[in-house]
Amino acid sequence: MKRSGSIRYAAVFLLLTIVLLLLIVWNINSGSVPLSVQEILRILLKKEGDPTAVSIVWQIRLPRILAAILLGGALAVSGFLLQTFFHNPIAGPFVLGISSGAKLVVALVMIFFLEKGITVSSGMMVLSAFVGSMISMGFVLLLSRRVQRMSMLVVAGVMIGYICSAITDFVVTFADDSNIVNLHNWSLGSFSGTSFAQVRVIAVLVLLALAAVFLLSKPISAYQLGEVYAQNMGVNIPLFRAALILLSSLLSACVTAFAGPISFVGIAVPHLMKTALKSARPILMIPACFFGGAVFCLLCDLIARTVFSPTELSISSVTAVFGAPIVLMIMVRRQK
Amino acid sequence: MSDYYFSAEKMTVGYDKKPLIREISFGLNRGEILTLIGPNGAGKSTILKSITRQLTLIGGCVCLESRELGNISGRDLARKMAVVLTERIRPELMTCKDVVATGRYPYTGTLGLLSADDHRIVSDALKMVHALELADRDFNAISDGQRQRVLLARAICQEPEIIILDEPTSFLDVHHKLEFLAILKKLVKEKQVAVIMSLHELDLAQKISDRILCVKGDHIARYGAPEEIFRTEFIKDLYDLTEGIYDAEFGSVELPAPAGKPKVFVIAGGGSGIPVFRRLQREGIPFAVGVLSENDIDWKAASHLATRVISDRAFCTISEERYEEALECMKQCERVICTLESFGEMNLKNQKLLKKAEEFKMSVEIPT
Repeated sequence: MKRSGSIRYAAVFLLLTIVLLLLIVWNINSGSVPLSVQEILRILLKKEGDPTAVSIVWQIRLPRILAAILLGGALAVSGFLLQTFFHNPIAGPFVLGISSGAKLVVALVMIFFLEKGITVSSGMMVLSAFVGSMISMGFVLLLSRRVQRMSMLVVAGVMIGYICSAITDFVVTFADDSNIVNLHNWSLGSFSGTSFAQVRVIAVLVLLALAAVFLLSKPISAYQLGEVYAQNMGVNIPLFRAALILLSSLLSACVTAFAGPISFVGIAVPHLMKTALKSARPILMIPACFFGGAVFCLLCDLIARTVFSPTELSISSVTAVFGAPIVLMIMVRRQK
Repeated sequence: MSDYYFSAEKMTVGYDKKPLIREISFGLNRGEILTLIGPNGAGKSTILKSITRQLTLIGGCVCLESRELGNISGRDLARKMAVVLTERIRPELMTCKDVVATGRYPYTGTLGLLSADDHRIVSDALKMVHALELADRDFNAISDGQRQRVLLARAICQEPEIIILDEPTSFLDVHHKLEFLAILKKLVKEKQVAVIMSLHELDLAQKISDRILCVKGDHIARYGAPEEIFRTEFIKDLYDLTEGIYDAEFGSVELPAPAGKPKVFVIAGGGSGIPVFRRLQREGIPFAVGVLSENDIDWKAASHLATRVISDRAFCTISEERYEEALECMKQCERVICTLESFGEMNLKNQKLLKKAEEFKMSVEIPT
């Protein structure tokens, strides 16, 4: 049993790595300017070749790929944390309205500063997204004390999401024309237009948060047995709960700040990983979710970019097509 | 401070700073079992939650080895105290072994990885609760009885000095109840663990506990050894038994006797009458029993089940007076059931009663 488990875990991680590498190559390769694999390798490793191709790869495609990897991973891990926290397999930053809260505050901040002619820095974006996440999270936490049923919590979260989206649409409609185009694209969710400078900020924040989450894997495993058992095992519950909330909000705030709200990744990926690993052990799930989220978002971004090229789909419409059926499946299965 | 391993002094417990039960005091040594009994909703769980620090104390203190519980760190306490709860847990994709292994939490490193030693302790704990064959089964797919044993193994893994159990036998059938408590008793003796638990089954509580704490209303109704607690009158008060009765000697409860004028007269003795008493009570037929000696097991049972019992002093032959009384009573009945196959010196008058019944041409049932 133990040995077959280890083989399974190794196989899952190996497969994820291979798929991730393939997708990276494929992503660089595809687009309006086609490039061969040899060319890409030369551009990546030696930074030489056709100057346009070099700049396309280094300025556009690579940052976008890195953003999709880091943010996709962040979303999935954030979803896993929320599912642990609420003991609810269909909890995630999007369905609980946390992404939409972040979106609202970011939109407000952006409009406010842009109207004064000040460009909003990456740090400022993340900070406002974080504030928005925490506000939504606060509402969800308040509601979670009153509603016992898991499905009701999700319904409440979806409502919070709708309210936030409605207000966002409202302020976007009345914003200056010049800002709208940018804002509108962003509020639908997209990895396009990410710069290397932004990737650096994303990498620092996401990797730090991820390291912290990984160090929490022991108390998370205790918490999976329920709060009382966790407390009896010596977990400082208030501190632990606060850490979970802050980390999951930070991760999803990063995503919303740079790519807008992205739906269903937070639910679908942890579920797929759990099924693949046949285990919910956090020490396995946290890295698996990160890799899985990266693969999932990279694939969805590829589809968003190429299927109706040159028109780009919003990333959320693609993730929803793959993610929503999985959510439905979880709900149907739990009914049995 | 007391010399007990675990003690509560004037502890007041409740929710949201509202006192529910006041001034609870008790003491417990290692190797002893303290059982909480009392009606539903009396606050047994509240007390258990307070001594496991899920609820903050409103007053008084709880001490473990003379250290106040509030001053012990989470990790230190986890190495001394383990819990088994009533609430169902449904962990995802965990085998029984995984669940048991979570008990090693206070001993593992930052990432919670198990050493070879930890694995051995997990196996030993599973063996102790006779659940080794469940190790690789999904925890959500096993029966209630198995689940309780696995959770006990989890607690054992924590290598505690005290285990707190909240109604551990509630969902179990009689086989699993006995099995569970036998394992617990063994654990207490072998590892000198102190146990505090709540039980609904009075008969089991009486037999397994060293001390009993009776919870009722806003105070502790009584605290002491089982002999002091399990008295017919006291248990009746504790549970407000208006229907039926609790019998301290048998440790059992009886439904109320059928009311009304006796319709059947039973001549019994030496335990032969009990099945008949039960049958009549079940069918709701009021009956009288006579003449029984007051040390007869039938007398004890009949006093709970019969509408009327005619008895005479222990170790004496039946007096003329009692015989007459029984005869009068029998005449009023429609039927006579005799459960005795033979008569002896002491109850010769019962034989006379039987003959009289036959003389009166009453319907008489005798053992075949």
